[in-house]
Amino acid sequence: MRDEILSAMELETGRAASGETPVPGLGPEPASAGPIDLAGLAEVRERLAARSGQGAPLWRSLDELAATPTFQDWLHREFPRQASEWVENPADGLSRRNFLQLSGASLALAGLAGCTKQPVERVVPYVNMPEGLIPGRPMYFATTITQGGYGIGVIAESHEGRPTKLEGNALHPSSLGSTDARTQAAVLGLYDPARSTTLRYIEQSRGWGDFAAAIVAEIRALEALQGEGLRFLSGAVTSPTFADQMTAILARFPQAKWHRWEPAAPHAARAASVAVFGEPRETTYDFTKTKVVLSLGADFLTQGPASVRYAHDFAQGRRPRTDGPEMNRFYAAESTPTASSTIADHRMILAPAELEAFAAAVAAGVGVPGVASLAVPEKAKAWVDAVVADLKANAGASAVVADPHGSVELQVLAHAINESLDNVGRTVSYRPSLEVDPVDHVASITELARDLAAGQVEMLVVIGANPVYDAPAELNFGEAIKKAKSRIHWGLHDDETGELCQWHVCGAHELESWGDVLGHDGTASLIQPLVEPLYGGKSAIELLGVFQDKVDVSGYDLVHDAWTARFGAEGDPEKLWRKALHDGVIPVPPPPAPPTPQDPTATGTPAPAPETAAAPAAVPAATATAAATAAQAIGARAAAAKASASALPLLFRPDPTVGDGSLATNGWLQELPKPITKLVWDNGLIVSPKTAQDLGLTMEGMAEIDLAGRKLEVGVWVQPGHADSCATLHLGHGRWKAGPLGSDHGFNAYKLRGADSLGQAVVAVKPLPGRYVFANTQNHHLLESGAEEYKTATEETKIRQPVKAMTVAEFAAMKSGGHGEGHGAEGKGEGHEAATLFPQTWEYEGHAWGMSIDLSVCTGCVACVIACQAENNIPIVGKEQVLKGREMHWIRIDRYFAGDLDDPQLMNQPVPCMQCELAPCEVVCPVAATVHSEEGLNDMVYNRCVGTRYCSNNCPYKVRRFNFLRYSNRDVPVLKLAQNPDVTVRMRGVMEKCTYCVQRIHEVKIDAKVARRPIRPGEIVTACQQACPTEAIAFGDQNDPAWAVTGWKSQPSHYQLLEELNTRPRTTYLAKITNPNPQLSGAERS
Amino acid sequence: MAQIFHRSTNTIAKVSLFGGVLFVGLFFWVYSSLLESGYGTQQGIARAQPVPFSHEHHVAGLGLDCRYCHTSVEKSATAGIPATQVCMNCHRYIWTNAELLAPVRESFAKNQPLRWTKVHDLPDYVYFNHSIHVAKGIGCASCHGRVDQMALMRQNAPLTMKWCVDCHRNPEKNIRPRSEVFNMAWVRPPHFGAEAAKLVREYDVKPQITCSTCHR
Repeated sequence: MRDEILSAMELETGRAASGETPVPGLGPEPASAGPIDLAGLAEVRERLAARSGQGAPLWRSLDELAATPTFQDWLHREFPRQASEWVENPADGLSRRNFLQLSGASLALAGLAGCTKQPVERVVPYVNMPEGLIPGRPMYFATTITQGGYGIGVIAESHEGRPTKLEGNALHPSSLGSTDARTQAAVLGLYDPARSTTLRYIEQSRGWGDFAAAIVAEIRALEALQGEGLRFLSGAVTSPTFADQMTAILARFPQAKWHRWEPAAPHAARAASVAVFGEPRETTYDFTKTKVVLSLGADFLTQGPASVRYAHDFAQGRRPRTDGPEMNRFYAAESTPTASSTIADHRMILAPAELEAFAAAVAAGVGVPGVASLAVPEKAKAWVDAVVADLKANAGASAVVADPHGSVELQVLAHAINESLDNVGRTVSYRPSLEVDPVDHVASITELARDLAAGQVEMLVVIGANPVYDAPAELNFGEAIKKAKSRIHWGLHDDETGELCQWHVCGAHELESWGDVLGHDGTASLIQPLVEPLYGGKSAIELLGVFQDKVDVSGYDLVHDAWTARFGAEGDPEKLWRKALHDGVIPVPPPPAPPTPQDPTATGTPAPAPETAAAPAAVPAATATAAATAAQAIGARAAAAKASASALPLLFRPDPTVGDGSLATNGWLQELPKPITKLVWDNGLIVSPKTAQDLGLTMEGMAEIDLAGRKLEVGVWVQPGHADSCATLHLGHGRWKAGPLGSDHGFNAYKLRGADSLGQAVVAVKPLPGRYVFANTQNHHLLESGAEEYKTATEETKIRQPVKAMTVAEFAAMKSGGHGEGHGAEGKGEGHEAATLFPQTWEYEGHAWGMSIDLSVCTGCVACVIACQAENNIPIVGKEQVLKGREMHWIRIDRYFAGDLDDPQLMNQPVPCMQCELAPCEVVCPVAATVHSEEGLNDMVYNRCVGTRYCSNNCPYKVRRFNFLRYSNRDVPVLKLAQNPDVTVRMRGVMEKCTYCVQRIHEVKIDAKVARRPIRPGEIVTACQQACPTEAIAFGDQNDPAWAVTGWKSQPSHYQLLEELNTRPRTTYLAKITNPNPQLSGAERS
Repeated sequence: MAQIFHRSTNTIAKVSLFGGVLFVGLFFWVYSSLLESGYGTQQGIARAQPVPFSHEHHVAGLGLDCRYCHTSVEKSATAGIPATQVCMNCHRYIWTNAELLAPVRESFAKNQPLRWTKVHDLPDYVYFNHSIHVAKGIGCASCHGRVDQMALMRQNAPLTMKWCVDCHRNPEKNIRPRSEVFNMAWVRPPHFGAEAAKLVREYDVKPQITCSTCHR
């Protein structure tokens, strides 16, 4: 218990000092814990390969397959290390004697604690109540959250001036009412304790007035030189107001330059569009119209500014119901496993070079002129034919999506295939880049670094960028920036770049400032403040105001004046302004982008579709030439790669949670288990089991990466589902000035990444001694999944399958032939006659709340996990505690592998509390702190809980979370502002779990009763349901057929998790339905 | 060898055995009585306030409706404590120089809120909602007592869970016609039982005693 004093804020890294020593303070590890013996998996590999295809055994991790003692411990004991602490290690930990002493003392103290009286509390009313505010009721405002320069519309919930929760804005085309995980986490960004709180010069804090006066004086001098030596650096910008200001500033200082660096922008996609169209264009897809989608490594459903919209549209075509639409088909070929591919009908793993060859083969197959088919690996041959046939059959209703971080050639081929299939103008459209003045970021930052090194920069203004951390490694930006005479940094954090600047201007968060931004499709929306800047910060446009001699013009005036001027032609400007503020989208199109290299067809609308769609569409000559060149380049590269077999392609990808690293200070995102890998707080060198063996790497071992002389030592994470003969390293970790939560976690991939290797590099990897302990949640909260059973199982034995899967044909047979096996049947649970020891069954006269989750469309994007965290005041616990299995998320996403060790299929299963009818937790609670409600919830009463943890031990689904320590941070005042006032903030020693957002249920119930009306179907929405981009979660009253959930529960694909236990869960699932290509399903797994 | 224990030891043992049990019982009785008394619940204790606001004067004397100040009682969980602006609606014209009202004027002038002491203070893990109780025909006076007779505000009811649950189990004991909810002086007529039962049906009063009704 000595480590109990570690608060969640004081995180230690898991870096072991040397040798095999695990992280100190972990308590004893099971005796033979250590790296998994990958070579020892040979037998398992064979057995799994023999049982692939439908009904393949599900497994979660290599530990499970290797049946390591650590895994056994996780499986059979609730909290393995903690529970064994005082028995097994009396010298180091807590002896029995000490334990009894402490227990006695706690009992006595508990008695005394009961004597305390409530403290006297104050009520502080307003002096002037804001108009429209009702005390105790939240207000909602439409605003926009920006990521990588693009906006997603949100509705912010504000409790007496405190924004606490963001929901998607149904009117905003990038959101349609849902959000991704990063948008959900943006509200914590506002209350981030690591934010800079003051404007400073060198080491002294200064006022905004001091800063403005100093800068205005400096720029007067620069004005005489026409701005020679004045440089601005920002990330990608789409804001029209920012654009106008920058245009005016560049007119005032003609010699000044504006550089751009967005580290995780789709640089390759931009380069490809320049190669094909001669100008930067963005590709957008309309997935409502696609029948066949081929992804070439793209994570289009969970990453990128359009992902929420794409996921929404794409999922519409993947819900076969008894009366549902036809199902689309999704092929995913990729090197590094993506969340999107977890719902693919066919997934194939290919090394990057193989993926390119595959793309070329498909291009040749669909008839892109000038592209010769390249040799593809044996396993992909059947695929090429099947995919080509399917794409051709659905010409005009298909789409090929290339990974925007993949190679330029890959993108070019994707464009050519889409052109050739006549998809352009139907499912695929091109539009000039929405970025203001869409320069080549790489060239731009390289030019800046060169000029800095040459001493040509007088004043550098860094607006929100962090090049010292994330610029290409060879530019050595940290040294170059020091050559600028005057350096100004604007940002929310005084980060790695801020550290090297004389001036740091403390920035205002988007929830504190005015602004505007474009969504993925060009829809403009306003950013409006929910609260006054907490630390008196200024927004980026207010900073630019200084360079326009508008020091005291507020952000509101800048945005308001710009837009009302534009509205002038459309009607009453003030009316339109108010409407734009209210709706969260601006009712008029944004101003045309400033001039770029011209193409007369670039009008912002999709290119008109050719009149005759019957014949294969003519591929524009430019595209065809580019595609032919690309295919040749791929062929040449493949030949060159054969010559140097020792080289390993390394993929650089944005981290699935913290992205490019700018969000690394956000604890919610750091502790969010990443899709697929389920790592938290870290990144690592991700390799497949086979490649790890080939390179002599071990799970959680160390390795050295050498990229043309740049070296980095990293921990190794062996990930089934990753392609062989390549590796992945996520960006965004290894920061050194990102506050207590963001610094010193993981490994800084930017130390390797160069301007010519933004997405992929060829590296040499060699194993190093030592061990790096990763915090990983994939072995926590285990169900008995059946992987145990498969070892003794024969071909015929039925194996327990937590995730049920079926093909659309099987589903059709079930719906015509009545309900088949594996069906949860009656849905409400009352129909079961199975034996039970439970004394009573429940009758529900009024509401009976239930939930159903559609596994067919769950991408495992983890938006629900953060939404739940924000709604229910769930604390973060830090890496140390996660290693002990103490993470607090109320909903977890179980990720299963099916079948073959080297080429598994991926499956997701979100698991919240099941709210069982016959709940094992309820009967074992000695103090009745968890009880059955009149509406079927398993109520959790925090103020009654004494922390026996019996309920958690008895829960077969492992959905209960215990506050081992005081996880909710009450020492940092600003974090209190982030709490939802409708949910209790739990203290130490208390059990907690999903309540179906009972506070939302009661809010709606009370409102309906006060208004003397029944609750409308669909009126109650849980936080996870609201966030889900694919609408995979339905919640409602099982007693009322008007709620969607009732319909879901009558589907033939409906089932209950661990049904054989007869707990009669209220949370149920719809089986994962896939639509495999019959041509492939014989030879291939589906 | 002589007996180690004297004969009286038997008595002492008996007395301490029974006495111990009695003592523990007595202790718990005293303890629980204390908790349920005004000392524990703060029932009946008037609190010092920055301004000695008299509900008696404003309600009984001037006839102000509860909702003039407690604006959100029908719409929100909280009834709402009036903003300084509400006080100044009248007090910018009357009693403009009164010594007692100096903190109110100061609050208004300096834009600094008044800091009242909470009189009805439920624990933070209790989520009570005013609007639903008012809508279902529970009068203000049922919980807050005759506020119109209180010169200084005090807590009328014990506000213990037992007290809450008593009413949730038997709402007909406290229900009144909706028209009388804000009437301080309404007295339950004799033989109101049948009428109350009818109101419970008519208003569809189904108070839950499930934990999550109040604890979330």
